[in-house]
Amino acid sequence: MLIKKPQDIKSSEITPKEVYLNRRQFMSAASALALAGGAAAVGLDFLAEPAKASAAEKLANVKKSSYSTDEKQNSFKDATTYNNFYELGVEKTDPSENAKYFTPTRPWTVAVEGEVKKPKTFDIDTLMKLAPLEERVYRLRCVEAWSMVIPWIGYPLSALINQVEPTSNAKYIQFVTLVDPKRLPGQKPGIFGNVLDWPYTEGLRMDEAMHPLTILSVGLYGQTLPAPNGPPIRLVVPWKYGFKSIKSIVKVRFVESQPKTAWNTMQPQEYGFYSNVNPEVDHPRWSQASERRIGEFLRRKTLMFNGYGEQVAGLYKGMDLKKYY
Amino acid sequence: MRIENGNSKTKGSRVSTIFHSPFSIVHFLLFFACLIPFGQLAFNAYTGNLGVNPIDTITRFTGSWALIFLLACLAVTPLRRLTGWNDLIKLRRMLGLFAFAYAVAHFSTYLVLDYFFDWRAIGKDILKRPYVTVGFTGFVLMVPLALTSTAAMIRRLGKRWQQLHRLVYLAAIAGVIHFYWLVKADIRRPAQYGFVLAILLGFRIFARWRRPKARSARKSPVAGAQELG
Repeated sequence: MLIKKPQDIKSSEITPKEVYLNRRQFMSAASALALAGGAAAVGLDFLAEPAKASAAEKLANVKKSSYSTDEKQNSFKDATTYNNFYELGVEKTDPSENAKYFTPTRPWTVAVEGEVKKPKTFDIDTLMKLAPLEERVYRLRCVEAWSMVIPWIGYPLSALINQVEPTSNAKYIQFVTLVDPKRLPGQKPGIFGNVLDWPYTEGLRMDEAMHPLTILSVGLYGQTLPAPNGPPIRLVVPWKYGFKSIKSIVKVRFVESQPKTAWNTMQPQEYGFYSNVNPEVDHPRWSQASERRIGEFLRRKTLMFNGYGEQVAGLYKGMDLKKYY
Repeated sequence: MRIENGNSKTKGSRVSTIFHSPFSIVHFLLFFACLIPFGQLAFNAYTGNLGVNPIDTITRFTGSWALIFLLACLAVTPLRRLTGWNDLIKLRRMLGLFAFAYAVAHFSTYLVLDYFFDWRAIGKDILKRPYVTVGFTGFVLMVPLALTSTAAMIRRLGKRWQQLHRLVYLAAIAGVIHFYWLVKADIRRPAQYGFVLAILLGFRIFARWRRPKARSARKSPVAGAQELG
């Protein structure tokens, strides 16, 4: 009897070298832990090295923000090794494992165009200093029913919008991610073609884009964004499902009609343009009523607009959110 | 552990035990080989290497292995036909029972770790979510197969045992659909399982078409039961 090589042991399941080398540390730590009695049940995560964020820079002069939640934050490791960033692979662990392809991200420019009086291509260094950096500790709710609390660093998207002076025709903004299969190997077509229709695109209505909670993020946990989190600049819209917060932006286009967005193009019945977190409107294939906060055992109830209803419900007054999901 | 015989080479009543035939050592080794994924999971759990979302990791891992064992089980008959190595049939029950064991682990993870006995949410999920419905159906179909896997039940059920155990085809199809319906965009993994399953089922259809009446009513019910793929 041949025992087939298990096909589904991904390289991600093989103990990484750092962890392996840490086994000695683990052995000595384990005896200490044994004293603590039953402490083995406590995750030994801290022994594994955090994801390498080479080329990471500390970000200085970051202001606190009153928009931050004081909920317990997820760890840096949580936020940087469990990611949906299909450009770097479809498994959650792929983006951190493929980080080397996408590090560093410079040079980088962002073209801002369309219905604006002052179209301009910004260099990333200019964008980093476009407005004072703030720390925004936000809940992030993924459409896959898990969530985290992450301290982003960035500034309101409105700061960029005001620089380019949108015309009265600008009703929506479309965002576009970099296409570069060499640096983003997930963009290479597989046997079934492309996983998503590249480039990844997202969009917001103008009032959503101008909302003070909507930020352009350039960092997290006090440093620049690591590869899995969409460096060097990305969107964060905390009351919408995570996929709306597009990563590694190269283009911002002001348009008159509702723009094409990646997941909506792929599965229009499953992912709407708005994609506001809404426990009442289930994804056609799974429930959105509850979620697992990463690091917690019991599921929690999902909150309307991810708990930001007080600030954003007004944007959708009179709209049927079951229809405009 | 007793192993029922019934293949053409050792027709008759010899009963092999773990240590008495070379083939049964293979059997014995296979048992531990089948435990390796469980061991790997336990080790990773103990060392905190289940990743950031351990419940999700456990769910996917046990689900994948349930499917792999189901496919391995369905590969026995084609392999046996192609190689003429009839003793392979003796491994099938163990593969099937391990498929069930991993499916039980998978379902328990969902029940306990994921939803922590939230029966209302679970009931709703099973009724409303097609991928849960079909996955749960596959699991339920495996229960009678596991229960009737003993030598005594094979003997007792006779011909009906074969008919009953054809449910394994449905269980495997349900398992692959379950996987296919739950992925968001990347269908490669479920497609791999689907491809293998299609070959295994295709082999049977082809064999039946080639030799329509060749293998009915030749042997005792027990032997017949062992014969059937």
